[in-house]
Amino acid sequence: MCLGFPGKLIEMDDFKAVVDIDGTTREVSLMMLPDEVVIGDYVMVHAGFAIAKMDPDEAQKTLEALREFADLLDEEGQL
Amino acid sequence: MKFVKDFRDRELAEKLLSAINHEAEPSRTYRFMEVCGSHTMAVSRFGLRSLLPKNIELVSGPGCPVCVTPQWEIDAIFEIASRDDVTIVTFGDMIRVPGSRGESLQKLRAEGADIRIIFSPLDTLKIAEETGKDTVFIGIGFETTAPTSAALAKMAKELGRTNVFIAPFCKTVPEVMDVLLSDETLEIDGFLCPGHVSVVTGLDIYKPVTAKKRSAVVTGFEPLDILSSVLEMVRQHNKGEYEVKNFYTRAVKNEGNVKAQALLKEVFYQADTDWRGLGRIPKSGLRFRDEYKFVDALARFGIAETGVTDLKGCKCGDVLKGKMKPSACPMFDNGCTPQNPYGPCMVSSEGSCSAYYKYER
Ligand code: SF4
Repeated sequence: MCLGFPGKLIEMDDFKAVVDIDGTTREVSLMMLPDEVVIGDYVMVHAGFAIAKMDPDEAQKTLEALREFADLLDEEGQL
Repeated sequence: MKFVKDFRDRELAEKLLSAINHEAEPSRTYRFMEVCGSHTMAVSRFGLRSLLPKNIELVSGPGCPVCVTPQWEIDAIFEIASRDDVTIVTFGDMIRVPGSRGESLQKLRAEGADIRIIFSPLDTLKIAEETGKDTVFIGIGFETTAPTSAALAKMAKELGRTNVFIAPFCKTVPEVMDVLLSDETLEIDGFLCPGHVSVVTGLDIYKPVTAKKRSAVVTGFEPLDILSSVLEMVRQHNKGEYEVKNFYTRAVKNEGNVKAQALLKEVFYQADTDWRGLGRIPKSGLRFRDEYKFVDALARFGIAETGVTDLKGCKCGDVLKGKMKPSACPMFDNGCTPQNPYGPCMVSSEGSCSAYYKYER
């Protein structure tokens, strides 16, 4: 129910947009999106609305932190 | 897709698992609740429960909106659907939920009732315009979905529509978490907090959790999200220091979605409401403010709240509180299956009973 899918913005005007979710295109409303977006950005899509702008830098940061943590484990010989 | 695939990296997942194994103290037990049904599904689907050390238990919580909808609200839908000249508009999850007399929207539709499955609540506007009939959207969901009901109400008002109605069955998460926190028989040490509810609400709603010395980690739905959050909760529990953490920063801002919050405030007020298995919880439901009362389906069709929350014989209530594993219900795979569900927790794709049936039987 609370499922959200990251979709890539491929078309938009002031209120509506078309996103590509894993190869399927869907029309979504932007009336609830607090952030500025441009074509090519990723948004979290829920029940026909874009509810958040997805942040690729944050995704990268999270993954890097996990990789660093894994390397540290290797060095410490925990594994 | 970088927001999904990278977070399924097997090697990193294995490292996180060994770190969890290393840090979980054998003399202690850890009980963490995944509040959200989508987390339950992810945990089951990726087989995470069986990979964790024995003394870490992941219990499912009340976070499947279809499952927590009390029986009287489900029956109210059938009461409305039984009228002539009404169109019911709903998300697909509701279509097979059984009523007290075994009826379902699917069956009613086969018998000729006008029942439409939609992707966006706003589709209701178009359907109402086309048919000219009273068109009722079944507004279930938590903070993630409630703003979409609010958006429909707002558009109906702006467009001056008089045949669009909404069943106001949305519920809010902090209030139910508070009930679970206060239940001393539950012994939960931490919560995997619902990622997409948090997209809307932000992090502040979880402060009462850490104030009560339990951890609260907001996280996503991929294995790395869940495992890193479990590790964080193990660490917090070991240290006895609790802090709200955001491990889903690619989607969740600390302050949440302020536009959606404003929309919720404009359209709804918080009222006491009934939950399956949990009973009536103060201020945990969203009802229409006076300016939006004109869309309220309960008022339009004169539906009385009977307060009946559960189906006889179904243990969804205990399952939703994390007190009973689905497989411990006498009807599990014995009169209740996804093909032939008796209770809502077996119907919904994110219901705990259906997750266990599919992946952990
Ligand atoms: S197995 Fe069926 S009857 Fe038992 S709790 Fe789950 S949904 Fe209810």
